[in-house]
Amino acid sequence: MITRERLVEITLVLLLAAVPIAAQLLNEPFYLTLATRVAILGLAAVGLNIALGLGGLVSFGHAAFFGVGGYVAGVLAIHAFNGTPMLLGLPGTKLMPFIWIVAILVSGLVALGIGALTLRTSGVYFIMITLAFAQMIYYFAISWPAYGGEDGLSFYVRNGFPGVDTLKPLPFLLICYALLALGLILFQVLRKSRFGAALQGARQNEVRVAATGISPYRIRLVAFVIWAMITGVAGALYADLNRFVSPAMLSWHMSGELIVLIVLGGVGRRFGPVVGAGLYVLLEYWLGGITERWQLFLGLMLLGVVLFARGGLIGLLAGKPRHG
Amino acid sequence: MSSALLVEQLLNGLQLGVMLYLMAAGLTLIFGVMGLINLAHGSLYMVGAFACAAVAAWTGSFFLALIGALIAAAAAGALMEILVIRRLYGRDHLDQVLATFALILVFSEATRWLFGPFPLYLDIPAILQGTVPLPGGSRYQIYRLAIIGVGIAVAIGLYLLISRTRLGMRIRAGESDREMIAALGVDIRTLYTVVFALGAGLAGLAGAMIGPLQSVQVGMGEPVLILAFVVIVIGGIGSNRGALIGAILVGVVDTMGRALLPGVLSGLLGPSAAATTGSSLASMLIYLVMVVILVFRPRGLFPAGS
Amino acid sequence: MADPVLSVTGLSRSFGALKATDEVTLDLRPGEIHALIGPNGAGKSTLINLISGALSPDAGSVHLGGMDVTRLGVSARARLGLGRTYQISSLFPEFSALRNVMLAVQARQGSSFRFFLPVMADASLRDPALSLLDRVGLAARAHVIAAELSHGERRQLELAMALALSPRLLLLDEPMAGMGPEGSKAMTALLAQLGHALPILLVEHDMDAVFALADRISVLVYGRIIATGSVEEIRRDPEVRRAYLGDAA
Repeated sequence: MITRERLVEITLVLLLAAVPIAAQLLNEPFYLTLATRVAILGLAAVGLNIALGLGGLVSFGHAAFFGVGGYVAGVLAIHAFNGTPMLLGLPGTKLMPFIWIVAILVSGLVALGIGALTLRTSGVYFIMITLAFAQMIYYFAISWPAYGGEDGLSFYVRNGFPGVDTLKPLPFLLICYALLALGLILFQVLRKSRFGAALQGARQNEVRVAATGISPYRIRLVAFVIWAMITGVAGALYADLNRFVSPAMLSWHMSGELIVLIVLGGVGRRFGPVVGAGLYVLLEYWLGGITERWQLFLGLMLLGVVLFARGGLIGLLAGKPRHG
Repeated sequence: MSSALLVEQLLNGLQLGVMLYLMAAGLTLIFGVMGLINLAHGSLYMVGAFACAAVAAWTGSFFLALIGALIAAAAAGALMEILVIRRLYGRDHLDQVLATFALILVFSEATRWLFGPFPLYLDIPAILQGTVPLPGGSRYQIYRLAIIGVGIAVAIGLYLLISRTRLGMRIRAGESDREMIAALGVDIRTLYTVVFALGAGLAGLAGAMIGPLQSVQVGMGEPVLILAFVVIVIGGIGSNRGALIGAILVGVVDTMGRALLPGVLSGLLGPSAAATTGSSLASMLIYLVMVVILVFRPRGLFPAGS
Repeated sequence: MADPVLSVTGLSRSFGALKATDEVTLDLRPGEIHALIGPNGAGKSTLINLISGALSPDAGSVHLGGMDVTRLGVSARARLGLGRTYQISSLFPEFSALRNVMLAVQARQGSSFRFFLPVMADASLRDPALSLLDRVGLAARAHVIAAELSHGERRQLELAMALALSPRLLLLDEPMAGMGPEGSKAMTALLAQLGHALPILLVEHDMDAVFALADRISVLVYGRIIATGSVEEIRRDPEVRRAYLGDAA
């Protein structure tokens, strides 16, 4: 039997697939950029959905990983462009697959350090400390002049992918779609795995998990690192979309936006991040076209969702989640 | 570095610390009594600064403006509590974070709407203009000394309020046992609104006082809010004493780090490398202090209830 | 006589001036159900927490299967085979009954860092979990969310989860609490079935259940054990009648 949630998901996939066709027919290439933004923000939110949706980890510092991924893309591209070696004499690269791997490694390592310290705490402490760590990296990016400091870092040519012309919007959009699909599959696989069971168990009843002999700390640390890796890849794509990285990608507003996305869509729902990203980008585009003050209305809407419609849009459309 | 400059930087650090204390005291009080994390506390700081600038422009008196700022921020806080925050007490932290993040968006855009996109400037009141000599021959702004004085007065006042008055007794009861205080017949809704408005007033006071030292603009509260979080993490959540000591520690370490690190490093790295490394390192210094404290004292220097 | 699986010697713990546990000595032998009874405030909860490792004693020792575990914490004692249920049900409310037990089986197997195989397709989790549910009489409710189970069913589920850890003994904290007469009867039958394969230390208020199940009974009053013996001995003991059974007997 097809559940309502499955119906919403199918509709969404069809909508996303329809965007490039509509862009072609209406001769509106900007739609492709919008869809690319949805895919990239959606991918970042998928990472968050693992930590927040499955693990219940409320953080306010994940922009750190988004920005680290972005800076990896930017720094590698600049060094490849200028032909200058980087740290330890390694060369830069303009190949996306390499950039993604480096982004995964670097953001994973940063997350391992931050997570090892912050996951010793919980609740409000965890929120404040993750925020503080992200802010530390933010200030570091601002005050370190080698890569643009406060002004950020521009690179003029989008990084490449073997056999694909990434400079055209459509192929780049398809790359982002593919990575989003991979992210969604990974989320689903993790959710159903032993690891996912332990992670969700730790959210529902931490004491009970500990009493059965599973360490919630280690489970959460691994979830934190996986989350950062996915977010790092999304950050690298985001840098490539804009051909620009700046400390703004590391700022706490970015962390806030990503949480907002996922809550608009539906926390813990498989497609929640994508629905939320779509909604957010549309709001930004439409409301932003009508009024400069669109963030005021976003704020009011968000208040409404938090106070009165806690399941997000998927919750409204598809009802309560099914467990089992 | 001369000793005069050192004293000056120490005072600057103290002044920053006092500002952070005014923010952190409200945050930690609100957390202690209501169990709520309020990201929009920085918006109340901004409300204080804008109200101060507006009243000062209207009346020409900084002191009236200061009172106006206190009232405006406390009123904004009370309104915020009654309309939104009140619905969040029983909710999980995610809801609290989201709703108060939404409040930041609303406050920031509404302020931009009301006051326009350009920063406002405030003058130091005539009576507090000028400088006093410091030992070692340099001079120090009276206004900054006044801020330090106000901060110390507030710290003492808050201590007396919490330890000596009936309201303070209810606050302490609320911190230790929420059901108990309701059972005692205290009107808990009013108590919460009063506590929230008190915290908001302190944030507004901080914003108003900082107005003459920097520009008054949208978004000014957020860096201070995050520093206040660092203060609370260091000091221990829910502790007034921890907030005071954490704030001064953060203020002094941050200011001294920025002043001293480039000089210290220039012996090692040469002047130009030292300037960039020093300033990058200085901007991260308090976070590193926080990490060290976190490793050894995961619940802060003065965990509440100990 | 076989060596006891659990022995508690001279265990004491005070809170301020209150001696919540006062030189308690008791043991649990293989294959027996040993009931611990006592009026409210007698110190049963403290004693349970001392045995499970949630509290540490001021004096005395706890041995599990001859090994001194006095200094070990809850999870270490759990790994050494001390299974327990809680006075208030402690489950994973969003998971089905089956997944609750599967997570406990998974913990027992010590393999939570597997990221790819879906648990529901994993026979090494599913089969033992299903047979445990069957053993506690919950097989028909395997796919119901824990939050939607009745009170009695949750206690049965707790028991299945405790059993999933393959314990050497069970510490049951008021398994009949809050159950109606029907539920109590069913749980009593279930425990009677389990009891002689697996030793049980049973803390319980329901005297019918205690008298039906227990091989031995210890009576705790004001933190001290005032008597230990068979059901008949305890029924006849004048001190017990005076201190505890009172007009109920």
